[in-house]
Amino acid sequence: MKAHSYQAPQSSLKQTVILENDEFENTFIKGPLKGHPKTLIIIPAYNEEKNIGAVLGTIQKKVPGIPILVINDGSSDNTESVARSHGANVISLPYNSGYGVALQTGFIYAARKNFAIAIQMDSDGQHDPKNVKDLIEEVQKDGVDVVIGSRFLESGSYKSSFARRTGIIIFGKIASIFCGQKVTDPTSGFQALKGRAIHFAASDHYPPDYPDADFIILMHRHGLKVKEIPVTMHASPEKESMHHGHKTIYYIFKMFLSIFVTVLRSVSKR
Amino acid sequence: MPPKIQIISILICIFLVAYVFELVRRKHLSEEYSMGWLVTGTSMLALSVSEGLLKWVSELVGATLFTSTLFFFGLLFLMVICLHFSIRISALTNQVRKLTQSIGILDLEKKTLERQIRQPTWQSDSSNLEQL
Repeated sequence: MKAHSYQAPQSSLKQTVILENDEFENTFIKGPLKGHPKTLIIIPAYNEEKNIGAVLGTIQKKVPGIPILVINDGSSDNTESVARSHGANVISLPYNSGYGVALQTGFIYAARKNFAIAIQMDSDGQHDPKNVKDLIEEVQKDGVDVVIGSRFLESGSYKSSFARRTGIIIFGKIASIFCGQKVTDPTSGFQALKGRAIHFAASDHYPPDYPDADFIILMHRHGLKVKEIPVTMHASPEKESMHHGHKTIYYIFKMFLSIFVTVLRSVSKR
Repeated sequence: MPPKIQIISILICIFLVAYVFELVRRKHLSEEYSMGWLVTGTSMLALSVSEGLLKWVSELVGATLFTSTLFFFGLLFLMVICLHFSIRISALTNQVRKLTQSIGILDLEKKTLERQIRQPTWQSDSSNLEQL
């Protein structure tokens, strides 16, 4: 009896494996970009039903044909159905796990499905999809693994509070020192990762709390080449971003500690 | 040490050790976590019962009052147990995070497969051609 009941899941498992290879061709195709490597746009979203539709619409208009994966981070509103109705694939996490965890879920998915390039964007319309092409072009160049869209390399419309600006400058300076290159916007959530960088972000090395300056330093220490390019960023509508309120103190503490132990940790270990 | 505090201390320690054994017997507490409590309970019991041992330990740590030796070691054991808990919680948080991510990805894959089964490949192929 027992041996018999084991048969069913095994055979269904085989089916899954066979279907898996064709899956993307069937679900994501909406006119693929010819001559472009397999690219995925990852958007973590938490209670963004008001913004996500417009964001997805603009992306599909500006850079058509790139599959979009929305990570619904345990939203209590209709983020999931809005995203799905706009043609995005949605991974719904069972409860709110935080920006970093949601983002890493996207990287794990991209790594499993062998995407060549993964682009992370915010769900609140802060990032201008017109820059996606620049990110893809830049990350495809030899000797570049990660491209970060920086709001400070170009005089854009971006305005932020004094505290936030100071934080970005301080952590940018720290990251610049440890990376030996200029890092102007370590908090940017507008990035493109290529090949081994995706696998690195999907691994246990990834700091899932607030992946930020510490992750840039970590990537640099593991031999991944990081490059910044100017992008346009709009002030996010309505809500403030994650570095706000009582979380700010924890964020600053965590970032200093994380950078400190990242630098102390030897690269060969783990 | 005043006999009153000695008796109270011995009673508390006996109760703690007995209760931890009972919890493990009923499988309400795993062996891993019972370790810290049993070590704490028996050590405190030994210190409370034997005045000689307490005196020796007090001189060793430089405590002038025997009772403060008891408090000192009680606190020390609690700190070790708390640190152990923090380590375990961190590991558990990590495991839960990985589970959460896996569940999310599996759910998407499951839904994709369901869609494929409902809509055979040749159909989706033709619809793709139309879109192109």
